[in-house]
Amino acid sequence: MENLKQLVQDGLAGVANADNLQALDHIRVEYLGKKGAITQQAKTLGKLSSDERPAAGQKINDAKGRVEQAINARRSDLERIAIETKLASEAIDVTLPGRGQELGGLHPVTRTLQRIEDFFASAGYSVEQGPEIEDDYHNFEALNIPGHHPARAMHDTFYFNPGTLLRTHTSPVQIRTMEAGKPPFRMICPGRVYRCDSDMTHTPMFHQVEGLLIEKNVSFADLKSTVEAFLRVFFERDLKVRFRPSYFPFTEPSAEVDIEWGREADGSIKWLEVMGCGMVHPKVFEHCGIDAEEYRGFAFGMGVERLAMLRYGVNDLRMFFENDLRFLRQFR
Amino acid sequence: MKFSEQWLREWVNPALDSQQLMDQITMAGLEVDGFEPVAGKFTGIIVGEVLSVEAHPDADKLRVCQVSNGSTQVQVVCGAPNVRAGIKVPFAELGAVLPGDFKIKKAKLRGQPSVGMLCSGAELGLSEDHDGILELPADAPVGQSFADYLQLNDIAIDVDLTPNRADCLSIKGLAREVGVLNSLPLNTPAINPVAAVHNEVPDVRVEAPAGCPRYLGRILRNVDLTAQSPLWLQEKLRRSGTRSIDAAVDVTNYILLELGQPMHAFDRAEIDGGIVVRMAKPEEKLVLLDGQEVTLTEQTLVIADHSKPIAIAGVMGGEHSGVRPKTRDLVLESAYFDPITLAGKARHYGLHTDASHRFERGVDYNLARSAMERATELLISIVGGEAGDVVDVTSAEHLPKPVSIVLREKRLADVLGLAIANAKVEDILTRLGLAVEERLDNGWKVSAPSFRPDITIEEDLIEEVGRIYGYNNLPVTEPTGSLGLRPKAEDTRPLSAIRNYFVANGYQEAITYSFVDPKVQEQLDPQNEGIALANPISADLSVMRTTLWSGLLKTVVHNQNRQQPRIRLFESGLRFMKEGERILQQPMLAGVVTGNQNPENWVNGRRNADFFDVKGELESLFRLLGITVDFRAGKHPALHPGQTAELLRDGQPVGWLGTLHPQVQKNMELNGTVIMFELFLNPIVTGYVPNFKDVSKFPEVRRDLAIIIGSDVKFADVERVATHHAGEHLNALRAFDVYQGESLGKGEVESESEGNRSLALSLFWQHPQRTLTEDEVHGLFNGVIEALKAELGATLRS
Repeated sequence: MENLKQLVQDGLAGVANADNLQALDHIRVEYLGKKGAITQQAKTLGKLSSDERPAAGQKINDAKGRVEQAINARRSDLERIAIETKLASEAIDVTLPGRGQELGGLHPVTRTLQRIEDFFASAGYSVEQGPEIEDDYHNFEALNIPGHHPARAMHDTFYFNPGTLLRTHTSPVQIRTMEAGKPPFRMICPGRVYRCDSDMTHTPMFHQVEGLLIEKNVSFADLKSTVEAFLRVFFERDLKVRFRPSYFPFTEPSAEVDIEWGREADGSIKWLEVMGCGMVHPKVFEHCGIDAEEYRGFAFGMGVERLAMLRYGVNDLRMFFENDLRFLRQFR
Repeated sequence: MKFSEQWLREWVNPALDSQQLMDQITMAGLEVDGFEPVAGKFTGIIVGEVLSVEAHPDADKLRVCQVSNGSTQVQVVCGAPNVRAGIKVPFAELGAVLPGDFKIKKAKLRGQPSVGMLCSGAELGLSEDHDGILELPADAPVGQSFADYLQLNDIAIDVDLTPNRADCLSIKGLAREVGVLNSLPLNTPAINPVAAVHNEVPDVRVEAPAGCPRYLGRILRNVDLTAQSPLWLQEKLRRSGTRSIDAAVDVTNYILLELGQPMHAFDRAEIDGGIVVRMAKPEEKLVLLDGQEVTLTEQTLVIADHSKPIAIAGVMGGEHSGVRPKTRDLVLESAYFDPITLAGKARHYGLHTDASHRFERGVDYNLARSAMERATELLISIVGGEAGDVVDVTSAEHLPKPVSIVLREKRLADVLGLAIANAKVEDILTRLGLAVEERLDNGWKVSAPSFRPDITIEEDLIEEVGRIYGYNNLPVTEPTGSLGLRPKAEDTRPLSAIRNYFVANGYQEAITYSFVDPKVQEQLDPQNEGIALANPISADLSVMRTTLWSGLLKTVVHNQNRQQPRIRLFESGLRFMKEGERILQQPMLAGVVTGNQNPENWVNGRRNADFFDVKGELESLFRLLGITVDFRAGKHPALHPGQTAELLRDGQPVGWLGTLHPQVQKNMELNGTVIMFELFLNPIVTGYVPNFKDVSKFPEVRRDLAIIIGSDVKFADVERVATHHAGEHLNALRAFDVYQGESLGKGEVESESEGNRSLALSLFWQHPQRTLTEDEVHGLFNGVIEALKAELGATLRS
């Protein structure tokens, strides 16, 4: 029993010196295994009297416990160190760029169209499409622009033959939709339109969104609120809007819409024309078989590139169709 | 239309400054495009009188002049050829500042002192005329400020008039509108009939009364066309953007600007017999005032004499019958031509004149007589002469008929969204010159004046009332109406979802023109002829695209030329196909990919995108759309013959995927391989609505095999055969390795073809209700192997 104390001291020293898990396990076997030095001490108990035995047994158990505790503590230390070492070896430079596919982007015209479509869809407008090669009837005649009308000259139309042309506006889609359905209608018609004109401020193809609302009871006052609300949500600003009398063959009364866009040198509001609108002309209703006494409607139209230019500060219309990636990537 | 503010104010003079006036007419629908001062900016210019002129002792072209400013006399050296004693001229005194901040100082010219400068029109920003100094009328008061004398404190205002407002194409019409807006009467000049002093009248025969319902002619004898138009007249014309030509032309132009009535003066001596207004005969020719000879069409209304046409009615006169300085007798024309007859005629001959602009839009049909009288009076005051009687050939049945229009109170309120007080409505109508013929129970019966041919229906009146009341004074209300839910098919994806898919996969959307270069398209789609525009903007934008690749590949070239080697683009839009007489307009979606598959990165970013990268992206798209698409080896003229897949859905073609043909790539000067696809949108956007099936609780079994097949055997064949023999419980079949090498196929395979391939497959089986037994799976697996051997000549790899 005398060397029990010594054994414990040696065991604890061994634990402290063990610098890896295998060495530590070796110590465990050496002292606490079936044939371990401290375990062996139990065999000496048989030589003791029954009075002495419990106290001696207790001492051996205490000795075992001390060593065991030390081993466990050391083991968790060593395990922690092992994990830390492994983690340290796995460190990466998290500032290196990620890999994989880059994000592309929508064309700014599409981006603008989608915003416009979303605004009107949320107010119950459907989105209608139609042919881009149109006939004279749907592009002009049905919209109260007969062959002799001076407004035809303003349209700079691309023709294939005298009766077939590239649509000069998306209004023919409204005609086609009205021909195919029954009022009421709430629709917008976005799409490509074409005018035979190309210079700094004109491209031979551009995009329009035209809107149409036909109900039994709708007025110019309703048109005003719709246009004003749209322009304010589009520009996300509480800008001033004014309606200026104008002329379109397919609406009456007709108006051009100006928005407040900065100030003139003299401090007055600088107005910028952004849209056209008006109440649907009775001739248009007549062509579409709608009773103009029963239904009324308003229509509005806007150039998408123009709105995109104002919204994003683009200063050259022609960039939209050059599709230069350095331009397009600015809009993703 | 460009007009002088001062001239307008002679007719009506509201208490508004220039800017307020322009704002007011803009807001009335007569949009002001811009304005400019009628003269350059200068100070210190007065009316001077040249007292004497002597030759310069040391210079041939210079003269030494004594000039009076009314109180003193100074010496001025002048180089103008027209300087002479007795004329009055704009005189820049010492200290004057001319446009361009040019200061007049004491000077010596070739030794002669010169104090001041005699000015030309160009030097004062009045005209382009550099030829000599500006000569002022003899009665110009010497010493008066030149700017005051010519009333140069004026601006020329440019209004952009809409086609319906022909009534405003004159000072009178604009004044009428300004009078309405400010409730002011007009200072209309008195127009008195000029009494005939001889009894010669032109012989006028109108054979086309529908085109010319009214024709007035008058003979003016013994005029002197060498007499110059007075300065005030020249100034009014100049400020309206019209050049002074000679007195006859100036007066007719003046009447056109002042009253809106286009007129014409013929040289009576050149008229054979009399005037005939008729349609042109086939192949008739006419040399116009601008010198061009036109061949007339039978749809053209002409003014003719008894042997030949002498003018295109309402458009332009002929050169032969035009007035010249030696002309003695004039025939003056003032007519009303039918707008529809004249529509498009000027454009047909490549012309656009002040007259045609007005007649096409509609001139006041009651204006011809007063215009004739005013022109006669003015002409006689300038060129002298004797007026005869006016011949008036009017076909009342062809003149526009005044119509009565009913304006209903309720309709007015319903359309505008506001009930305007009746008194206010009547006031607006009356001010506009719209006669209220009768007050009805529910509204008004109104007739439009002859100068407003645009007003024919109730809506026209509603617009007028709204316009004058002010659109911005109308209320703002929310529209109300039925708001039913819209159906939306769950199995159909919107285009926006497809676009977003490509964006997420690194594609940039492009929008290219729908008309393309036929030379480019010819290479990409030689079988289909693009529909050609009759009037293209240029040769390289002259046919409609039959494939979106035409625009996309040009975009690739554009970007490659700008240091962009990695390009992934897509576009959606219509293609345009001829199908017999019909035109097909088909929505397409196309993409092009070139350069690295991924952006270059620090591990392995330099691998070029290849066919299978793009194929994988399309396969994912089809999964997104919920459709099954087969890729079948095919041939397309734009694509590499060995790297072309035709895409089929349920056996129907839905598009192409492939590598751009190297020859086309070279021809188009494209760098690097281009992978491209084009899909028909309509047949691919509709997939399915999910339909739940029980999830099997039983294990899935996997078996792998490696086979060697001939190079002409496609994976699709292997898949078809294997699937056919694998039984109903096959869950999936995947290829996990493909190898094609030299060592393959020598002795291992019976096939004699070179280039055999090794293909490793895994097959997955699962039964919904029980665990598959080892024997079952083994049986199916062996069945697959035997079938591949038997049907495709495959051998198992050891």
